[in-house]
Amino acid sequence: MGQMNTNPDAAVASQEEISAEISALHQEYERSKSQGGAEETNVRLNFPPYRSSLLRHPTKSLHHADPEEIELHSPAFGDRDVSPLEADLTIQHGGEPIGERIVVVGRVIDADGHPVPHQLVEVWQANAAGRYIHKRDQHPAPIDPNFTGVGRILTNANGEYSFTTIKPAPYPWKNHHNAWRSAHIHFSLFGTAFTQRIVTQMYFPGDPLFDLDPIYQSITDPAARDRLVAQYDHTVSQHEWNTGYRWDIVLSGTNRTWTEQEEQ
Amino acid sequence: MDLTPTPAQTVGPFYGFALPFEGGEQLVSRSHPAAVRFHGTVFDGEGAPIPDALIEIWQADEAGRIPREEGSLNRDGYTFTGWGRTSVDNNGHYSFTTVEPAALRQGSAPYILVAVFARGLLDRLYTRAYLPDDNQALTADPLVASVPADRRDTLICERDDQGNLRFDIHLQGENETVFLTYPNTPQVTGPIDD
Repeated sequence: MGQMNTNPDAAVASQEEISAEISALHQEYERSKSQGGAEETNVRLNFPPYRSSLLRHPTKSLHHADPEEIELHSPAFGDRDVSPLEADLTIQHGGEPIGERIVVVGRVIDADGHPVPHQLVEVWQANAAGRYIHKRDQHPAPIDPNFTGVGRILTNANGEYSFTTIKPAPYPWKNHHNAWRSAHIHFSLFGTAFTQRIVTQMYFPGDPLFDLDPIYQSITDPAARDRLVAQYDHTVSQHEWNTGYRWDIVLSGTNRTWTEQEEQ
Repeated sequence: MDLTPTPAQTVGPFYGFALPFEGGEQLVSRSHPAAVRFHGTVFDGEGAPIPDALIEIWQADEAGRIPREEGSLNRDGYTFTGWGRTSVDNNGHYSFTTVEPAALRQGSAPYILVAVFARGLLDRLYTRAYLPDDNQALTADPLVASVPADRRDTLICERDDQGNLRFDIHLQGENETVFLTYPNTPQVTGPIDD
């Protein structure tokens, strides 16, 4: 990667070059897996087609740590932190935002199969034109004065969440020439242990940009990539009101025994 | 039911209107008798400060007790919730006001747990910022002891002239911070140098 331009906004590579880099990395992974190499269930930190990662991924192995008590717990959030109104991103201003109204529902569980109740889910996204309310997003698409694109939800006793929003559009970025992100909603989640902390992105089924998007493709394993794609769910759609999507999230294991969890 | 953990994705460049919140960096008020500044700069592989990183800390209180109280997002000014979040500024610098945690148990040295998020960072990174003063506790701490001696300092805060705790974070480079991985927490580095 000596000759690679490390400026994340240089936009020098073509889509064909980026796609070829992605394809080579995926083929190498598939070859390794077929020869007994480890299955990669998470994103790669070192994924050069995503140019911003070049100078920002660790170059040394992560160091194994046995969790101490603090790592086995998570901050608590409750009604003091989050109002139920924050789960509707379409009512934050004087009027209705433009776009396709959707409801996204799902369940947060951990890798041991336990639901994650009463925990914080934060979401943020671009509007129906692909524009973020953020000073760093200056591309020429309209801001919607009725849509900020930020929500917070507390999961219920069963670990379920639900929020109402507008379907976000894809947007251009400068990773390479004519680069477009797949449409997505950002999610930030807490578990019962801080080691389960995750920030990720939910995608929509059938997005034609998936193959071209180096952030989505930074997950080398196709089965793992699929886990970020919501399903259209007609039982969540409501007559003359919204379409519905379902996306369940599995956090990592807690490193705690179930008995310890029950003692809380 | 598929219980494989959901993959992470980068926090991206546009979290600024969503994740930071008023008072996020103030775990205690500056007038708290035990208030200490915990701060530092986040650097990339060329030693340049990263202007779009987000830092979270999670810690025990001065007695080593793990907080269980809600209210971090809407602080009441009295309750110590143990968790804070802040963006770095344009110079890559972050700053929290907090108290120094006590050790969690006999034989471990006290630390502030740190999570790093940034554009370009595809998954969050964990590290521990150990308090610098008790050499004996640091030497005896199992995690510190398990880290090669020439990288150990990246886990230990510096105490500056004002008594503040300084903790710089290097995502790459000569002083690359030791980042941690835990059991049952799949993380994939991709190709690495060592």
